[in-house]
This record gives sequence, C-alpha cells and structure tokens, in this order.
Amino acid sequence: MKKLIIGAVIWGLTAGLSLADSHSVIRMGTEGAYPPWNFVDDNGEIAGFERELGDELCKRAELKCEWVKNDWDSIIPNLVSGNYDTIIAGMSITDARKEKIDFTTNYVMSDPSYYLAASEDADWKTGVIAAQSNTIQAAFIAETGATLVEFATPEETISAVRNGEADAVLADSSYLKPIEAEDPGLMFVGDKPIIGGGVGMGIRKSDADLRNKFTAAIDSMKGDGTLNALIKKYEISEQMF
Amino acid sequence: MFEFCANPENLSEFSWLSCYLTTPKHMNLFYSVGTVLLLLLLTAPTALLFGFGGAVMARSKILLIRLIGNGYISIVRGVPDIAFFLFFVIAIDQFLEWTRHKIFCPEWSEPIRQGNDFVVCTIAKLPLNSSPQWIHEIYGFLLAVFTFAIVFGAFAANVLYGAMRAVPKAQIETAVSFGMTDRQVFRRILVPQMWIFALPGLGNLWMILIKATPLLFLLGVEDIVYWARELGGTKTAKFTSYPHGDWRVWYFLGLLVFYLAFTRISEAIIDTLMKTLSHGTDTLGGNLQRQVGR
Repeated sequence: MKKLIIGAVIWGLTAGLSLADSHSVIRMGTEGAYPPWNFVDDNGEIAGFERELGDELCKRAELKCEWVKNDWDSIIPNLVSGNYDTIIAGMSITDARKEKIDFTTNYVMSDPSYYLAASEDADWKTGVIAAQSNTIQAAFIAETGATLVEFATPEETISAVRNGEADAVLADSSYLKPIEAEDPGLMFVGDKPIIGGGVGMGIRKSDADLRNKFTAAIDSMKGDGTLNALIKKYEISEQMF
Repeated sequence: MFEFCANPENLSEFSWLSCYLTTPKHMNLFYSVGTVLLLLLLTAPTALLFGFGGAVMARSKILLIRLIGNGYISIVRGVPDIAFFLFFVIAIDQFLEWTRHKIFCPEWSEPIRQGNDFVVCTIAKLPLNSSPQWIHEIYGFLLAVFTFAIVFGAFAANVLYGAMRAVPKAQIETAVSFGMTDRQVFRRILVPQMWIFALPGLGNLWMILIKATPLLFLLGVEDIVYWARELGGTKTAKFTSYPHGDWRVWYFLGLLVFYLAFTRISEAIIDTLMKTLSHGTDTLGGNLQRQVGR
C-alpha cells in the first residue's frame, strides 16, 4: 500500500513536471475573419468551425488552450517567433509552407475552390481575379493566364468583385457559398479547381511533440465520426473522412 | 444590452441600430478608443523625456555623449516609421526573451534559432505562455508605447535642441555675469525659457503622434482601425444576428470624424498654451501682447 502511494505521488510529481516543462498553455493562432472557418461573433468571441474543432482537440489532447487573433499576412512569422503555438486558420498544407513550418495531419480534405463573379459572362480565364494574399488560390491564379490582384483580407476580395475592380474572386467554396446565397448580384462561374493538399494545423518545426498530440487528437475525431459531423454542421467541405 | 434586443429580426430601424451598436463586439470598438487615448497619454510624456535626454546629450561638451545623442536623433529620424516599428518590436521582444533565456536556463543545450524558429525555454517566454491573454495584450501595448516614444522622442529631441539654441544669448550671458554655474544657467534660464520656442514644434509633433496611432494596428494591437474594419465588413445572416452589407465606409468616416475632432481640440489647447507661455517673453507673440497692453 505504502509503495502504491509513493508510486502515485512520484507519478503525480513527474507528470506535473513534464506538463510544466513542455507547454502549460497552448496558444491557438487564428485569423478571425474567415467565416464559417473562424470569425468574430456578435459577442466579440472567436467562433466557427475551427473554434469548435480546436476546443475539442485540446480536450482530447488534454491541453489547456487559449485563442489568439492574428493577421493572415503575418500568421506564419508570428508562429515561428513564438507569439503562439499553433495556426488553426483554414491553412492548406502546401510544400512552400512546409519549408517554414510543420503541419498536423489534415482535418479537412481539399475541396474545390470556386470563382465568384458579378455577372454570368465574367472572364474568369484571362480577366482580373481577386484572391487573398499568401493563399493557395493566389498562387494558383499566378500560374494561370489571369491577372492576379491580391488583398490582405477575404472581405476585400469580395468588395473588389462588387465594385468591379476584379472580374471574379477565387476562394474556398465554403467561404463563398453563404455570400453567394445572400447576394443575388453575385454568382459562381467557370471551373471549380481543386487546389492544395487539405487543411491542417500549422506547428513550429521544433515542436514535434505538440504536432503528434494534435495529429493523434485529429485522428481520434476522424475515427469516431465527430469530425465529419462538425464539417457537415458548418458546411466546410463536401469531402468526408 | 437592452431587453428588446433578444429578437433582432423584428425591430424598428432605430431600435435595431441601438441594439446593433451595443453588441459586446461593438464594445470592443469603444474600448479601443480608450486604448488609443491611453497610448497618447503614456507616449507623450515618455517621448518628451526621451527628447529631452537626446537634446541634452546632443549639446554635451563630451564628444562621445554628443555622438550618441546626435546618432539617436539622426538615425531614428531617417528611418521610415513603419520600417522602424516592424523591426524594433520584434527585435526588442526577441532580445528580452534571449536575455531571460540566458539567465533562467543556463543549462539549455539546444540552439535558440532552429531554422526559422525562435525557441527559448518555457520560463523565459515573455509573457509566459500560461499568462492570460490580457497580459499578452498589455505587453504588446507597452512595447508599442516604448517604440512610439523612441520614434517621437527623436523628433522631440530635434525640436528641443533647436529651442535651446533659440534662447536669446543675452539671457545666458547675463546669467553667467551674475556668477551662475553652467548647471544653474541650464536649470534656471535655459530650460524655463526654451519652452516657448519648442512649443510650435512640439504641438506639431503631438498632431503627428495622434495621426500615427493607427500604426498600433501594425503591431497587432487591436485598435480602432482593426475594429472599424472588422465591424464594417459584410456580415451574412448565417453568422450574426445583425446582418449588413459592406459598411466599412461608414466606420472609416466615423474614424475620420473622431480624429478630426481630436486634432481640432488639441489645436485649440496648444493655442491657449502658446498665449500663456508667450506672456512676458522677448518673442514675437510676447511683444505683441505687450503692445496691446496685456
């Protein structure tokens, strides 16, 4: 009995230690301007698919998490300089990004991107196409015959189409669908290219431990179907795991 | 906030607006006005202090100190604000963490720079990862105050340096002939008399400082520009009880009015201060007051 108690105490102490010397609190970095993935709700709180997903992942990985907002453009630099520990912001896994940071396994499969335009005959092939800077869509348009105009926020890409600055905007279908549904002046045109290798959480290269924890948590959510339920609830993607 | 806000769909326009403008999210906009005012309140005296130090150093009789003072003034004045802000905030943050790392974790064997990553031990983090978000925000805010103070301190130093030289020679010479030491001349004659020459320049600097506060946004502090942009953006009915189109232009118009009103009030205060300080001095303003017999 005595041995058992001592054993339990030692286990308790060392467990506490290992928790303390890695991360006591995980800071989750997101953009907060990309509904339904992540956005700021009426209460000023970060909400959306990734909020619910992230909270569940932290629960499964037994981590204490805190949410942080950061601009999209500086979201990778601020991760590597240590302002927060993860990026969970609808970030697609690409080779270019993998040179700077690591990714967990994907929690959303790559879904087609849509062109949203203000008229049916918009020139989406060779016209002026808006996209958010540093996104897979921006990189994709740069490779096509179209002229790329980049904006720092998703919001501005839609405005550019509304005010005629761009012929169309290329973005994730999940982001564009609610906008198209509410505005009769906007419609989908042209191809629906599949870009990128799915969406994962970005983690510092030096943080393999944390990456493995989140990958395990994502896998467990894939396994019991809760991830698919979340994807369906927020209409994030047509592809299910 | 109000009870009738529970059902935003069936409200008249006015009550809809009163509900809309009092959502917790809008409160963030109003708080951020406070953030901007607090920034000005803290930055102005700190920058003046830096400026005073810089001006005194630039006037020093010792070459090395003079070089440091002049170096500070010319380097900071010559670098674009945005470049300085982007560089300085990251640099000072990493410097502080690096120093803490060296002190707290001397046994740490891994390199701090691993590829792109900047990795220090957990207890060297500033602020600590386990600190609540508001501490992180205050830390970021203080970094911003410090950076603003350094930038505007250099301009203030230049203004004060010029003002010290503008104090009439006769005043200084008279003080010396009365047997005052250098230190006494500085404290009793030079500093009290320089303010009237510094005020136009400092007032101008204050206006520029007000206008520069949106740079906070660049440093990740969620200021009024951030919230105006976030709140003004199109909101679809799916994600909010208060859907609306692209209202950014109205929010930015609000910012414009806010800044205009603020600078106008500042201008009025500076004018009054100018009149008070001119009283009895041998300057254009002071002599004018004398002529009309006040």
